[in-house]
Amino acid sequence: MSYLCQTDEDLKTILDTIGIDSAQEVFSSIPVTLKYTDRLDIPGPLDEEFLRKTLAGRPSEGGFAGGGIYRHHIPALVDAVASRQEFLTAYTPYQPEISQGTLQGIFEYQSMMASLTGMEVSNASMYDGATALAEAALMASRLKGIRRIIVTRTTHPAYRAVLRTYLQNIRDLELVEIPFDPDTGRTDLRSLEEAVGEDAAFFVQQPNYFGIVEPMEKIAEISSKTGFWGMVITEAISLGIMKRPGSYDPDVVVGEAQSFGNPVCAGGPLLGFFCVNKNHVRRMPGRVVGMTKDHNGRDAFCLTLATREQHIRREKATSNICSNQGLCALRSALYLSAMGPKGLRTVASQCASGARYLMAALKDKGIQPLFGAPFFHEFVMKMDEKKRLALKDLGIIAGIPIAADYPELPDAVLITVTEMNTKEDLRCLLENL
Amino acid sequence: MPARESITCFPEIREPLLNTRSAQGKNTRVLPSPFDATDLGDLGPEESLPDLPDVSEVETVRHFTRLSRLNYGIDHGMYPLGSCTMKYNPKISEAIAGSFAAIHPADGNAMHEILEFCCLLEDCLKEICGMDACCLWPAAGAHGELTGMLVIKKAIALSGRKKNTVLIPDTAHGTNPASCAIAGFGTKSIPSGEQGYLTAEILKEHLNEDIAALMITNPNTLGIFEREIHDIAGLLHDNGAYLYMDGANLNALMGIARPGDMGVDCLHVNLHKTFGTPHGGGGPGSGPVMVRKELERFLPCPVITRDSREKYTLTWDRAHSIGMVHSCLGNMGVLIKALTYILSLGAEGLRNAATSACLNANYLKSRLSGYFDLPFSTPTLHEFVLSDLRQKDAGITTMDMAKTLMEFGFHPPTVYFPLVVSGAMMIEPTETESLDELERFAHAMETIAQMCLTRPEELHESPGTCPVDRVDEVWAARNLILTWGSFESNKGDMVSK
Repeated sequence: MSYLCQTDEDLKTILDTIGIDSAQEVFSSIPVTLKYTDRLDIPGPLDEEFLRKTLAGRPSEGGFAGGGIYRHHIPALVDAVASRQEFLTAYTPYQPEISQGTLQGIFEYQSMMASLTGMEVSNASMYDGATALAEAALMASRLKGIRRIIVTRTTHPAYRAVLRTYLQNIRDLELVEIPFDPDTGRTDLRSLEEAVGEDAAFFVQQPNYFGIVEPMEKIAEISSKTGFWGMVITEAISLGIMKRPGSYDPDVVVGEAQSFGNPVCAGGPLLGFFCVNKNHVRRMPGRVVGMTKDHNGRDAFCLTLATREQHIRREKATSNICSNQGLCALRSALYLSAMGPKGLRTVASQCASGARYLMAALKDKGIQPLFGAPFFHEFVMKMDEKKRLALKDLGIIAGIPIAADYPELPDAVLITVTEMNTKEDLRCLLENL
Repeated sequence: MPARESITCFPEIREPLLNTRSAQGKNTRVLPSPFDATDLGDLGPEESLPDLPDVSEVETVRHFTRLSRLNYGIDHGMYPLGSCTMKYNPKISEAIAGSFAAIHPADGNAMHEILEFCCLLEDCLKEICGMDACCLWPAAGAHGELTGMLVIKKAIALSGRKKNTVLIPDTAHGTNPASCAIAGFGTKSIPSGEQGYLTAEILKEHLNEDIAALMITNPNTLGIFEREIHDIAGLLHDNGAYLYMDGANLNALMGIARPGDMGVDCLHVNLHKTFGTPHGGGGPGSGPVMVRKELERFLPCPVITRDSREKYTLTWDRAHSIGMVHSCLGNMGVLIKALTYILSLGAEGLRNAATSACLNANYLKSRLSGYFDLPFSTPTLHEFVLSDLRQKDAGITTMDMAKTLMEFGFHPPTVYFPLVVSGAMMIEPTETESLDELERFAHAMETIAQMCLTRPEELHESPGTCPVDRVDEVWAARNLILTWGSFESNKGDMVSK
């Protein structure tokens, strides 16, 4: 298959107009010694039916895996509308007059994210939650006096890994981790208190990686002694029921909004979000859409605050980000519009209720969770590797093993329940434990 | 105003903000509710419901469908944004990626097959680029640049050398210096030669002990092949420095010339450009990074390993790796689409695509060079740059011409970039445009050139037939209305302004 459209006659017209005799002459500016004369060793061309049979995804039925990437119901309208070519095949909206659809859609995404997080401003999206956290730390590191980035050990291990990657060459910046209480699974507040200071920027994940609800009032109080602090939300559905992060008055709220209308898709594309209050808006990374006027005074939208960005500021930019996750953000806007206030609350409470239902049933079987504090829709329990693999053979993804990231928790598995699970799923898991 | 193009003109739609349609009780969606509601008091829940619009399904669908009609996409018509490679996005790629939507990354059985596809994609990309190793995880071109520069930084640090500066030609993308800064490098801009490409002579003047790498785009943003690249690589290597290539313009080279053969040590490619995956109005993209053997151990983790029994596993335990760059495995959906594209075309198809892309661009250059200033006469490949020099006397700028092109039903080229050309118009038609479409575009550009002489005032007023007239970007930056909340609270102010 090729997507070319020239006939032999067209080719002749093209060659004549350019003034060359053969198509290969168009490459005459490439030195002969650098030309590749072999044939690339690449399979194909393959027809569509063959491709469909060969490159097919074969998902397992159901399961209890989450850990930052969640299976939720996606209303059919999200795919139907987001797959319209006008959204799908457009570029970054550099020419606002013919990109108002993308721009208004992103403006509405920004509006809904700002309102759900309780912050004043959202950017147009980031690659994923982990890079959103890393960019937030970079932003903090540019503030005067910040010499340490503090993060809770209950923050998603991959997020902390990406953070280390991004910060490895930032001079005079120390990365500190705060341990958790092994009984509750919550961040150890005494350690946090000892660590905070005006020279530190602090980030806490809520609910944390173990699904545990952190004591945010106390953490917010301690955080006020830092130079900058932020909340990390890896499950955006929790925003449907939990206290708005903005109510704790953090400097930044970042995280992962894949749960809003984006499928799990083997782990990507994901959707990082980044929300701040207006005092930080000029330090914020990434694209942002603003409302404006056209020359006739009518409302219109365009990309704004470009003076922070790499194409203007080059090495002094707030970030190197250029593309974000535009289509995923649009899907989020569609999802939130389809859900509405009651719908999002229903999804959140179904997830939390389902997890409690499973926990109660486990306790009836004499299986105790590893941590005692309240949780949202995930919890950690022990499950030996053999049992987990036996369940895998039955087609049940029995959570995510986390002992590699937490050697102090051998055989620990993170179990997630969402509204996509059924009571039958839960029964199946319980019977085979 | 020119006649509205009936094929690509826009409808007259004013779509209000979604929240203005909201009224309590409109949304009657029934959601999956497998569980009995339990007491969730231990979550310390928010009392009020989330503050979201309450609208019906029909209103949601109509709102966003109407918004979509205010957009211009590749399926509308030609989208000649230079260095963005806006080629046709095959529908089969979307269909195939769809079958992966429900796979959770913890789904071991399904992921094993996906890792096999990833290995195949790595092999294809390495073959096309002539490189030794590949990491698929960076989520965009700029993310790939950052990853590549972190790899180079780590290699230099491990060798115990002190090299802190990256040279970047003045034709480079703005992301290049920004990526270097995060990787801990200083940057220095160096001029391209008079012919529009970097010469070994110029490089020599700037080479010293402190130089860690040169970051070059090839073909560069003028569409010109960096013909001295092999000598340049030699000079850098002799100086203990690396050659990084920004592969944004790889579309010109598939099957024609390979970065590895040019002496490139590290590069990223943009799957959403060269390999036909959709841009989605600004992402998700994908920017895999490739390196030479000696840099392989620094690539991000996890790494896919394939054993002799065709078993694929992810390995995190890599002593010299720069670490993770993504919370999972990158934009997998985009990777699958790119693999579909590559296999659809095959070796010959890729080579033909590169050839046609260059022919189409040169055809347009020949058609337009009689009407517009062509600042560099050096041969070009897949794109070329014009300037507004010949229209300036009539008081017409590149911006005026770009906005007028919309009236003819075209997306404008990339404008005011590269910075080395004043009033640049960077045109990249790609291989998927027919001769008819190229002619239609050439005709529009010629008409605009004539209008500059006869009716220049009309160009200042354009566009007049788009969903909005020319947009005031300064107003946006001054007033900073970034959410509908701030729109509501600013309403009074706005009227008085």
